[in-house]
Amino acid sequence: MAYSDKVIDHYENPRNVGSFEKSDQSIGTGMVGAPACGDVMKLQIKVGADGRIEDARFKTYGCGSAIASSSLVTEWVKGKTLDEAATIKNTQIAQELSLPPVKIHCSILAEDAIKAAVEDYKKKRKV
Amino acid sequence: MKLPIYLDYSATTPVDPRVAQKMIPYLTEFFGNPASRSHAFGWKAEQAVEEARGHVAALINADPKEIVWTSGATEGNNLAIKGAAQFYKTKGKHLITQRTEHKAVLDTFRELERQGFEATYLEVQENGLVDLEKFKAAIRPDTILASIMMVNNEIGVIQPVWEIAEICKQKGIVFHCDAVQGGGRLEIDMQKFKADLLTITAHKIYGPKGIGALYIRRKPRVRLEAQIHGGGHERGFRSGTLATHQIVGFGEAARLAKQEMATDNERIRALRDKLWKNVSQMEEVYLNGSLEKRIPHNLNVSFNFVEGESLIMAVKDIAVSSGSACTSSSLEPSYVLRALGRNDELAHSSIRITLGRFTTEEEVNYAAQLIKQKVAKLRELSPLWEMYKEGIDLNTVQWAAH
Repeated sequence: MAYSDKVIDHYENPRNVGSFEKSDQSIGTGMVGAPACGDVMKLQIKVGADGRIEDARFKTYGCGSAIASSSLVTEWVKGKTLDEAATIKNTQIAQELSLPPVKIHCSILAEDAIKAAVEDYKKKRKV
Repeated sequence: MKLPIYLDYSATTPVDPRVAQKMIPYLTEFFGNPASRSHAFGWKAEQAVEEARGHVAALINADPKEIVWTSGATEGNNLAIKGAAQFYKTKGKHLITQRTEHKAVLDTFRELERQGFEATYLEVQENGLVDLEKFKAAIRPDTILASIMMVNNEIGVIQPVWEIAEICKQKGIVFHCDAVQGGGRLEIDMQKFKADLLTITAHKIYGPKGIGALYIRRKPRVRLEAQIHGGGHERGFRSGTLATHQIVGFGEAARLAKQEMATDNERIRALRDKLWKNVSQMEEVYLNGSLEKRIPHNLNVSFNFVEGESLIMAVKDIAVSSGSACTSSSLEPSYVLRALGRNDELAHSSIRITLGRFTTEEEVNYAAQLIKQKVAKLRELSPLWEMYKEGIDLNTVQWAAH
């Protein structure tokens, strides 16, 4: 698979790898995908008192473009409000990373991961 | 040590320099058409072709007259299976094969089903091997042909084809064996092995791509319907001008294989065992397929919680292949690993490492270190590894399949 330089950069130097404490009230956790399908993404957001995402972490089981997609969105969500973060579209991710057509599902998964993390946070805080 | 290191000898092998040297004059100097009977150019080429046929026959202890040149193993399998099925179709319409065959066999069977034949695809056991009792049970009064591979290309396991050949002989069933991964790696003696048809190819035994051979037994004689028609070359089994230089290369590769197989195998087995001992020190590492009934060159390993394609990217200094869906265009994980009953996760997490004549100890040590280091790194990145370490049983998790 010939990947773009951006995918390779994110894959080799993934940003914001790790985990936050799931039970913390300021954390939203999204876990999407399935091992049987070959990719699982866990994305966590840390939301500040001003309602903006202060920080993010990810862990991903999957191919190079799945890892790159999740690494990229941890950078993108930082500083955004929950609603702004939820508007990030898979097409933007795919375009930024120049994903080949067969890897578009990785960007869809990353979009779903953001939405799931935002949902989780909202449910926790009942906002 | 030169990087990247080639560890994909089951995909193809480099042409041995001794083979290449032997081939070159047949491109420029002795370029005649072996079918030209009227001049020395043709005679010289024909002589070279027949000498090579002798070497290939000797590798499997067959009569040179039983060797038919093909363009490679896919053509060999097509000719054997379609040729025999179509010739013997008045005797019956049932065919037997098994699920982990190469696509060149499976897709040929599918085509014959479209033509009106009926096929049984046997399941394999967890170790990758065909169960002889199940094979016997699959035989019907109208079974005319069975095709079982000698060595699986992904997991390297050796099927009980010698026993299956005996069963077929007793039942009067034509038996074809795809021996592409076994040729030049296992002792094959057609005086003892009762297969009627056997496919081999040059580029897995340090010969060139684009040339293979089909063994067609003469005693008792097996009949085939030709698939390619033309000038009646190869006694009508396969028309088309012979590629002299390719054939010369195949012949020389076969000669060297016969000479060096025993010492090559011993050395390669020691390297393979060392590699396995080294990587199996890690947690959650699984060998796919039987270790005992396996060619010495192959390791097929699943590193649980690490996805195969990302691992291949991480170990880009070694050239290996993966059973992961992400390396295929179909996004389906390896059908061979699934046939073993491995779950999809382990199929996605597999890599195949195959060693060969030019693999060195230094390369194997480097590969082992690199794999261990990168698996550890990718596991740090893996949410599944984290859950496993927290003691969560991943089978109890409700995943949102997509």
